[in-house]
Amino acid sequence: MDAVTIPVMAKARIGHFAEAQCLQALGVDYIDESEVLTPADEKYHIAKHKFSVPFVCGARDLGEALRRIAEGAAMIRSKGEAGSGNIVEAVRHMRAIRDTIAELHAVPEEELVARARDIGAPLELVAAVAREKKLPVVLFCAGGVSTPADAALMMQLGAEGIFVGSGIFKAAAITKNGIAEYDENGFPRVDPEIALRYATAIVAATTHYEDPQAVVAASKSLGGARPMHGIDLRSLDQSQLLSVRGN
Amino acid sequence: MDAPLAGVLALQGDVDEHVRVLESLGAVPVRVKTRSDLDRVDGLIVPGGESTTVIRLLDRFELAEPLVARVRGGMPLWGTCMGMIVAANDVVELDQRTLGLIDISVRRNAFGRQLASEEALLDVPALGPEPLHAIFIRAPWIERSGPGVEVLATHKGHGVFVREGNVMGTSFHPELTRDPRVHAYFLRMLEGRERAAA
Repeated sequence: MDAVTIPVMAKARIGHFAEAQCLQALGVDYIDESEVLTPADEKYHIAKHKFSVPFVCGARDLGEALRRIAEGAAMIRSKGEAGSGNIVEAVRHMRAIRDTIAELHAVPEEELVARARDIGAPLELVAAVAREKKLPVVLFCAGGVSTPADAALMMQLGAEGIFVGSGIFKAAAITKNGIAEYDENGFPRVDPEIALRYATAIVAATTHYEDPQAVVAASKSLGGARPMHGIDLRSLDQSQLLSVRGN
Repeated sequence: MDAPLAGVLALQGDVDEHVRVLESLGAVPVRVKTRSDLDRVDGLIVPGGESTTVIRLLDRFELAEPLVARVRGGMPLWGTCMGMIVAANDVVELDQRTLGLIDISVRRNAFGRQLASEEALLDVPALGPEPLHAIFIRAPWIERSGPGVEVLATHKGHGVFVREGNVMGTSFHPELTRDPRVHAYFLRMLEGRERAAA
């Protein structure tokens, strides 16, 4: 943990509270209870109020976001479809969350109990969201961001920040005849210069998301580096999808 | 007198929280992302965030030099947490670039990591007798301050609220509490109603 001065976010499997206890004992700064790892519990998530370390959790819609907040999540992110290089799921999830918030804000108060039942979320949180017109915690976008324009899109759709992983590291992967190379520890080999260029460009587009000229400049700064190859999610087998894990 | 244009550097960090407090006090908040934003504000808050990242972004978006020039020309600047690190003279034990706008040496994550985050009540005579609710998150402290620096509050034996002329710094996050007195203090600097500190 002393290797870096920046905050460290570590992933725990859905429902694996003992794994999360270990991460907290190691002193990590945040835990992502993530569908990217194989879930440990197919029914329940971690009771996050019992921890002092803040958690972030993924959500596909408002009900899922509010269930995670009720369990103690301090931050919410869209699930998107991690590692796909395809932004469509993140857009779907962000729009679903925002649209339901707008709807709740518009309906008369007597409808809130039934609405809370329909989306499977606690009434207090539904009422708070209807009143404030926003989640009570920060909302990030994650899952499928692979270009500077993707980041600008999600910020304009109401994300307050962007998570990006594969979008950088798959774009910077070192390949031979189209096949990724691995190092002696089994990790994909990455060109650090391209990874840095990609990260910098996505950060620039996130900051200046309302300025298309700045997003163009960020895209041009990639030079010849190409984004990761996006996957059409309809071509994937249901068992390969990550976003359906946890609910 | 027109309400002051209070800038909040909006490259990274808890910008919205500062904007909300400034609005509640009647100032006009401006999210500063570009040179032209910077040129028109009467003062600037550098919010909480991650200091090495923000220094890189200031360089990348060519804001570091004009920011330093405006502060040297008298524009009030307030750094909260990360912002204070960015404004400091240097960072203890780390070879990290800073802008050198206030003669202090800071220690990063001095009170500990995220898990050591805490709330405290501070005695701040400059803001009146009522103690100030302060939230420390991965906070720095002031390890050394020059002769021109006024230490306005301490916590656990270290300076956590300092001012030197038109530049002030807090280790903690007043924008996350319901007490707007530090923001009001900063706005008085913008309005030039208060003499610059000796």
